[in-house]
Amino acid sequence: MRNLFAVAVLSSIYSFMMASVVLVLDAPDVALTEAAVGAGVGTVLIVGALYLTKTDESPPIHGMFLPLVVAAGTAAALLFGVSDTPPFGDPSNPVTALGPDYIARSIPETGIPNVVSSVLASYRGFDTLGETVVIFTAGIAVLMLLKRSPARRRGDGDKGG
Amino acid sequence: MSDLVAAASGFLDHYNQYITIFLMVSGLYIVIARGNMVKKLVGLSLFQSSVYLLYISAGKVHGGTAPIIDPGFTVYSHPLPHVLILTAIVVGIATLALGLALVVRINEAYGSIEEDEIFERDRDDK
Amino acid sequence: MRLDLILRVATKLILPFMLLFAVYVQLHGDYGAGGGFQAGAIAGAGIILYALVFGLAAARRIVPPALVETLVPLGVFIYAAVGVAGWLTGGNYLEYNHLAHDPVHGQEWGVFLVELGVFITVSATMVAIFYAFTGRGRSR
Repeated sequence: MRNLFAVAVLSSIYSFMMASVVLVLDAPDVALTEAAVGAGVGTVLIVGALYLTKTDESPPIHGMFLPLVVAAGTAAALLFGVSDTPPFGDPSNPVTALGPDYIARSIPETGIPNVVSSVLASYRGFDTLGETVVIFTAGIAVLMLLKRSPARRRGDGDKGG
Repeated sequence: MSDLVAAASGFLDHYNQYITIFLMVSGLYIVIARGNMVKKLVGLSLFQSSVYLLYISAGKVHGGTAPIIDPGFTVYSHPLPHVLILTAIVVGIATLALGLALVVRINEAYGSIEEDEIFERDRDDK
Repeated sequence: MRLDLILRVATKLILPFMLLFAVYVQLHGDYGAGGGFQAGAIAGAGIILYALVFGLAAARRIVPPALVETLVPLGVFIYAAVGVAGWLTGGNYLEYNHLAHDPVHGQEWGVFLVELGVFITVSATMVAIFYAFTGRGRSR
């Protein structure tokens, strides 16, 4: 597929389907985020970037053999590890061991029925502060890269460009 | 025969991880094989979404429901992966925007978003 | 511009409900699916939709870039200030137990303020990134 607009639209559809899958896996909060951010804002940003650059991909000049070997090798290594992981959905999985603890503590300690909210903002407040700072930093970096118009940049030479 | 059934059920027990691996490897392939930088970023977000799937499916409990406490339910999925991934999605879109901003600037400097053409111009400049 | 009448009318119909839904997701996040990240993304997407349909200049009149660029750090500041408030009231950094007369109310206040900070930063960042991309002229 050489037209990059099609890639933007397909990735939007993919995000929306990922949101549905995540909803089936009991994570409505994540599904809401993925649908709003991945399928909505992300597509707008990709299309905006395509408007500023080029909308067509030039045909590849390298063969696809080496990337395929790398991808297949990675897949083989990962598949080798799968059999040692706990089965899907088993309540005795080590991953889910702490879940009942959070769920039992949320209402007595914070009065919040949505455990995702209480873990996000209270039990893991530092984590979320860090994520907010990352979003802030990325926003500032985008503004630094794109705020100055190309015409003005040429005006004051190539310094800092 | 029972060995075969055991092997098949062992395979099916991990089907979420096979899907994760497939998505992850396709993202990796796009990042390596494609020279177009926008496509590379889309491949990167595909890779990222495989990690979302890995975390969310690890938190799923059979017969569980969404971790919003209600007297009608007793079994809930694990909320912690949901928290990690929900922040990771928003951070992912912020970093995607940063990558796209870099692509826009590269296009202004080189007049191309193809990796090979950019390397070629760098070689010519030397 | 004359041809997208349907889009304009539909956007005007949908937009108030989108922004109201963002407020609902934000305030009801303690009891149902939602929270600052989702509400911020929905509110940002609402403003982006307005800018897409009515043009960047119209959106900039309603939500000026200077306001957006003030809100981006303001959210992080609110979040960090809640942490300092927990500190000053006798707890650890980001400990909400002493923010009100009893620990549960303190937690609810802390979570509310922190989610507000997240909402402000996320929505403002989405709009700021969109303005940065669309405000830049094509180089060719």
